[in-house]
Amino acid sequence: MRVALAFAAGSLFGLGLVISGMTDTSKVQGWLDILGAWDPTLAFVLAGAILPMALAWRLSRRWSGPIAGGAFPAAPKREIGRDLVLGALLFGAGWGLVGLCPGPALAALVWGGPMAVLFLAAMAAGMMMAIPARRHLRLA
Amino acid sequence: MIGTAGAILLLGTGRIMGASGILGSLIDGSARGTERLEKLGFLVGLIGMPALAVVIFGAPETNLTVNAGLVVLAGLLVGIGTRLGNGCTSGHGVCGISRLSLRAIVATVLFLCAGMATVGLLRHGLGVI
Repeated sequence: MRVALAFAAGSLFGLGLVISGMTDTSKVQGWLDILGAWDPTLAFVLAGAILPMALAWRLSRRWSGPIAGGAFPAAPKREIGRDLVLGALLFGAGWGLVGLCPGPALAALVWGGPMAVLFLAAMAAGMMMAIPARRHLRLA
Repeated sequence: MIGTAGAILLLGTGRIMGASGILGSLIDGSARGTERLEKLGFLVGLIGMPALAVVIFGAPETNLTVNAGLVVLAGLLVGIGTRLGNGCTSGHGVCGISRLSLRAIVATVLFLCAGMATVGLLRHGLGVI
């Protein structure tokens, strides 16, 4: 049940990313290009995703627990650490560089050509480097 | 569709839909047992369903650069950045902002600004991308 729900969510997420244009790197870079020919359409995609999600968070506060059991996530942490700031800045730089973030990179893995596979391999390597980097930079 | 997917995952299983967290916790082994299976199920859908749709409807343009050096650098930055910052566009940008998490709002503003600065500098400053 839990795996089936996760599969359904992943499927819908993947289709949504492709249909909304998040896997089109020139569209993503066009959205980030506020100094040039700015294309604001992806802002509506983000807003359109936030709305049902905000509703889901409201519902989760009224429900005793998730449908398939377990518990809802704890309230979000509030402290803004150096890891959060540095991580977000590095991620944003990489995102702007070629126009791919993790969700669309996964959604385009099979049909995006060799560069999509290369990106995902590099991203996985970067994810593994995060643990030693945390220790090294004393980010806790 | 993206928001509905996040809603299904949250209301169905109690988990936050963050692509980098789901992939990252499988890669570094922090997801175990049924959590691991759930996350694998999510990834199979996320990778498999668009691939299936492409077979039926044809592949849309990704317009991804063919500069391998740029792709590797970007992948490394995205990988390390999303794990240090604990989230990406889906986790912070969609799921975090929609519950008004301060950390998610700060992270989203920062990664959007960094992305805009990168595109601005490399496209209009150096003319590389």
